[in-house]
Amino acid sequence: MNFKTSVRQVDGVTIVDCSGRITLGEGSVTLRDAVRELLSKGQKKILLNLGDVNYIDSSGIGELVSAFTTVRNQGGDLKLLNLTKKVHDLLQITKLYTVFDVKDDEAVAVKSFS
Amino acid sequence: MTEQRVSYTLDSTLETVDSAEQTASRIAAENGFGEDEVMQISMAVREVVVNAVLHGNAYDPGKKVSLDFETTGNDLVITVRDQGKGLDPAKIPDPLSPDNLLKTSGRGIFLIRSFMDEVEIHPSHTGTEIKLVKHGRGSAAGGKEDSQ
Repeated sequence: MNFKTSVRQVDGVTIVDCSGRITLGEGSVTLRDAVRELLSKGQKKILLNLGDVNYIDSSGIGELVSAFTTVRNQGGDLKLLNLTKKVHDLLQITKLYTVFDVKDDEAVAVKSFS
Repeated sequence: MTEQRVSYTLDSTLETVDSAEQTASRIAAENGFGEDEVMQISMAVREVVVNAVLHGNAYDPGKKVSLDFETTGNDLVITVRDQGKGLDPAKIPDPLSPDNLLKTSGRGIFLIRSFMDEVEIHPSHTGTEIKLVKHGRGSAAGGKEDSQ
C-alpha cells in the first residue's frame, strides 16, 4: 500500500493524516516533502496522525526523527497521534517513544500545542 | 516444519527489497509462524536486504544479492549475501545511546537483532554474509515468545 498524506487545519494546528507504509523510497520521501512544504508555508505546529500507518522500517523511523528535529530546529513542534501497535512497539524498542510527544486523542493533542 | 531450501539471486534495486520482504513473509507464514513472528521475520529480511542493496552493493547493477531460506527442524534460517566491501559490525554505533537517539539512520542492524533469535554477520573483502535464525515453536531452543 502506497504512502499517502492529507492535510487539515484544526485550531492553528496542522494535522497530517498519514496512511500506508513509511519505508525506504517513496514513503519516506513523501513524508519528508509534506513536512518541508508545511514549514515553507510557516506551519510549524504539526501533528502526524499515524493511525493508518501499519508498517514502518528503519528508514521510516529515521524519517520521523528527521521531521521531528527539522521542525524543532525551526522553532516549531511535531507530535505523533494514534500510533498503531506495530509502530508503537517499534518506537518503544528504539527508545524513541520517550523522544516523541505521542498522543492518542486528537482534541487533547491539538490543545497541547497552545 | 518441512525441510526445504529455496534460493534467490536479486538485483541491487529498491524493488528487490520489497520482493525479499514479501517472499520472507510468505515463507514464514507457510512454515507456521504466527502473525507477529511473520512481521518480525519479514522486517528483519527487509532490513538485511536494504543493507545489502544500499550499503553493500551500493545499487551497483553489476552486483547481486543472494537470499536463501532454509528450514531445518523447527528453525527458519535465512542467509543474505552481498558483493560489497564488507560490513564491520564493530563499527556500527549503538542506536540506543543518548548521543545517537536522534540520528536519522543506523537502526537497521539493531532491529534485525531485536526481531531474530540468532544473527551472525560474516564480513569479507568480497562481501558480507548475514545469517538469521528464527526458532519455531517446537524448537528445543524455543522462540523468543515461548521463552518469556
